[in-house]
Amino acid sequence: MTKAAPILALDKVSKIFGRADNPLYAARDVSFALHPGRTLAMVGESGSGKTTAARLIMREYTPDAGQLLFRGAPLGKADSKALKAYRSSVQMVFQDPFSSLNPAHTIHYHLDRPLRLHQRKLSHAQRHAAVEELLTRVKLDPAQLMGKFPHELSGGQRQRISIARALAVNPQVIVADEPTSMLDVSVRLGILNLLNDMKRQLGLALLYITHDIATARYVAEDIMVMYAGQIVEWGDMEAVLGDPQHPYTRLLLSAVPDPDRRFSEAGEELNQIETIRRQSALPQPEIRQIAENHFIRPMP
Amino acid sequence: MTNPVLSVRNLNIDYIGAETDFHAVKNVSFDIAPGELFGLAGRSGCGKSTIAFAVSRLHRPPALIRKGSQILVDGRDVLTLDDAELRKFRWREVAMVFQSAMNSLNPVLTIEDQFHDVLRTHTGMSRAAARERAAELLKLVDISPDRLSAYPHQCSGGMRQRIVIAICLALNPKLLIMDEPTTALDVVVQREILQRIDVLRRQLGFSVLFITHDLSLMVQVSDRIGIMLEGELVEVNDSRTIYRAPQHAYTRKLWASMPRLHGVQITGEVAP
Ligand SMILES: Nc1ncnc2c1ncn2[C@@H]1O[C@H](COP(=O)(O)OP(=O)(O)OP(=O)(O)O)[C@@H](O)[C@H]1O
Ligand SMILES: Nc1ncnc2c1ncn2[C@@H]1O[C@H](COP(=O)(O)OP(=O)(O)OP(=O)(O)O)[C@@H](O)[C@H]1O
Ligand SMILES: [Mg+2]
Ligand SMILES: [Mg+2]
Repeated sequence: MTKAAPILALDKVSKIFGRADNPLYAARDVSFALHPGRTLAMVGESGSGKTTAARLIMREYTPDAGQLLFRGAPLGKADSKALKAYRSSVQMVFQDPFSSLNPAHTIHYHLDRPLRLHQRKLSHAQRHAAVEELLTRVKLDPAQLMGKFPHELSGGQRQRISIARALAVNPQVIVADEPTSMLDVSVRLGILNLLNDMKRQLGLALLYITHDIATARYVAEDIMVMYAGQIVEWGDMEAVLGDPQHPYTRLLLSAVPDPDRRFSEAGEELNQIETIRRQSALPQPEIRQIAENHFIRPMP
Repeated sequence: MTNPVLSVRNLNIDYIGAETDFHAVKNVSFDIAPGELFGLAGRSGCGKSTIAFAVSRLHRPPALIRKGSQILVDGRDVLTLDDAELRKFRWREVAMVFQSAMNSLNPVLTIEDQFHDVLRTHTGMSRAAARERAAELLKLVDISPDRLSAYPHQCSGGMRQRIVIAICLALNPKLLIMDEPTTALDVVVQREILQRIDVLRRQLGFSVLFITHDLSLMVQVSDRIGIMLEGELVEVNDSRTIYRAPQHAYTRKLWASMPRLHGVQITGEVAP
């Protein structure tokens, strides 16, 4: 399948926390691109730098090196009009649907507000219709939910509202940071299906951030594996999962719960956890191509 | 099952409310054999922790176990134990690791003191003997004995969780209950811990009641699994059957809602 031109890209972006004499690379030389109608999954353990990447995209952090490209143009040089377009084109869905909604306001308010701000031309009646449409799109009953408050909703319903709110401004890119990790399995699939629908029906570009590789495979065509701020392996989902090449990817995959493998069939990597972790955290500047769409940064 | 370590019979538990009571566990019966790792799975709120607390006799009001319920450990009904018997029962017969156990260590005591606390209270062991036993227990969970002088905040979450497990094993319990012991941890750390438990229960012979919402993980590590739905145990089978040939419609539904890591992907049509 040929990919459309990327809508958003990170180009060799680094983000460093901590002091100069003891720098912590939350992002090291990170490059990736998001394409319309495709989902890219970012997987990795706690502290690997996933949320940092999301914050860089949301412009909550500025890169210490490298740049963001929006439709091919560097964002650093963008004027205020272009920045405004960027802000409404790129929306985020958070892990905790409760804390990202305001308990004092109704569901209608949460969805009406972005419409008022970003689509000024809409009349009151048009906005009302748009709110109904958004709720229908995320498979919620408008009549039933419009007047409710966040605490009156289940976790799954709340996460649907966050998604509807992100959709309210007609975005082109959605960054979803662990959108299902606080939800019970029984409602997780509904949210994943919704992400897939948005990608297919609205042609959105999605960045799906997770530590759950099985759900990543369900929603994404491409995957990248983060460790210590670096993308150590990336490419086509099936290629990476079927033939993992970086020792850290292999370690991660051998530890992921998999009903097809008993514990006794443990991979070799599980005996070398410390070594793999230590070496994978070192800078790995070289890039090696494994297959047409499959790359690793070999350990030094 | 002949001579099970745990035998739960017709267990009914209510949460007593001001107006109405909530029947949280409904007529549940199952056995766990010596050395067996038994998993209890089901969606949030189905009653897993309520059972775990009852078995370890840690349930508190408003939880009320109905008359006629039986929980036998090594043939003895734990629901009839008096206070003195209960003190002997805890840690020695049944020990429990909670989801947030890694935060349950006392922050002002060293690791050594935490072991000493349990060992002194229950066996009257001297400090020197307790120290030796603690070092031995730490080694079981892959932690170097030089950590004995550390405080909890100096240990990672995974390490603290392993320390709690080691303390639970201090008095050689017959049954270890683990309620979502690794949910807050990363997969690699989770795997290290459960792999260790799997080795230890074979080596030391204790049984495990393992509770998690992660059915894939449960299939990997358990011998047999019970599936719960709204307070009822709807299927009990060996883990291979639960995975390959689930008997109850709800078990099939659970699998149908779980994305696969390999092979044919689920269709996504049967969201429960
Ligand atoms: N504002 C900050 N100041 C200092 N350090 C930070 C900051 N934000 C993140 N870090 C550090 O950067 C690293 C990456 O953090 P990040 O939140 O991106 O990880 P993550 O992959 O999202 O982890 P999780 O799965 O736990 O959400 C961590 O070591 C974290 O402690
Ligand atoms: N103290 C309590 N008072 C009233 N109801 C309670 C109390 N504790 C639990 N319940 C109810 O009993 C049911 C079973 O709860 P329990 O904690 O056993 O579920 P669980 O299977 O462990 O769920 P989870 O996977 O979320 O931990 C739930 O519906 C819960 O709301
Ligand atoms: Mg994060
Ligand atoms: Mg529970």
